[in-house]
Amino acid sequence: MATSEIQVAERALQHHFADMDQQKETSTFGMWMFLLTEIMFFGGLFCAYLVYRASYYHAFVEGSQKMNIWLGATNTAVLICSSLTMALGVRAAQMAKPKLMIVLLLITIVFGFGFLGIKAVEYHEHWVNHEFPGPNFHFETGDPAHPATDPQHTEIYFSLYWAMTGLHALHMIIGVGLVTWIVIVGARGAFTPEYYNPVENVGLYWHFVDLVWIYLFPLLYLISHKHGG
Amino acid sequence: MANHTEHPDYVGHIIPASRYVVIWAILVVGTAITVFAATLELGVFNIVLALLIATIKGTLVVLFFMHLRYSTKLTMVTVIASIFWLFILFSLTMTDYITRAWSTNIGH
Repeated sequence: MATSEIQVAERALQHHFADMDQQKETSTFGMWMFLLTEIMFFGGLFCAYLVYRASYYHAFVEGSQKMNIWLGATNTAVLICSSLTMALGVRAAQMAKPKLMIVLLLITIVFGFGFLGIKAVEYHEHWVNHEFPGPNFHFETGDPAHPATDPQHTEIYFSLYWAMTGLHALHMIIGVGLVTWIVIVGARGAFTPEYYNPVENVGLYWHFVDLVWIYLFPLLYLISHKHGG
Repeated sequence: MANHTEHPDYVGHIIPASRYVVIWAILVVGTAITVFAATLELGVFNIVLALLIATIKGTLVVLFFMHLRYSTKLTMVTVIASIFWLFILFSLTMTDYITRAWSTNIGH
């Protein structure tokens, strides 16, 4: 180990840990505990979705038919690509390649903005089509098999759609901010293979947000087989 | 630092880049399969298939991108606990909602 690396490691080791390994283990465990609370946080919305989908299945199918599957699928792919560059970025930090890490994290940020941009296009489409819950909400039932579908029940679908994807988008914005922070601190040479806990933890956060979307996409966009236009 | 090489695997285990790329490829293919599966008329199995694919994708993300496969047992227990509590949330809530209709029938 080079002298400079030992110095960085000594600066990074907090006094209440025995060694770097214990500190790393504690940091990872703490991040997972936080992600556990995040899972329960999103879990409440998923549970609300489960309850109303079970009650108003046809209204949910009608609402989901308004989703743009191709934009949703593209966004899924964008997030998966961003997770790859994030994972490789953490790997670069592990291997003492700070420049490679910064490049990979910048690509991750670009993917993050790409996702938010596509999401904004979708939100705009729903907004102008009066598919935002509230006084301007308007929904014509288009399914002749279930003409009695209550527009109010479809409004519940859209409430959950906006709440779940909105909370997810908020996490994406926070994630982009965190990755930007890692890039700035990393450019100053703060991370070594001995100490890269912040990189690892921001990576965990980013992958978690990807994980939420992996479930949101089929549940909101692909409820039933796509019939008609 | 004589035992430096005997560090447990979980401390800074470096996964080969090729494995990340393989996981990425499986995730992309999984997304394509999900979209394709949604065009099929499978009735109740549409959602079963969609959730199955999503769970396979999610498991791969957690095990490899999030390094769970190379983490300590304590971290693994934390992840399993989160899934466990999530299912308590779902199952107890649905126990209520599904059985509400039953009690009205009894009343008649």
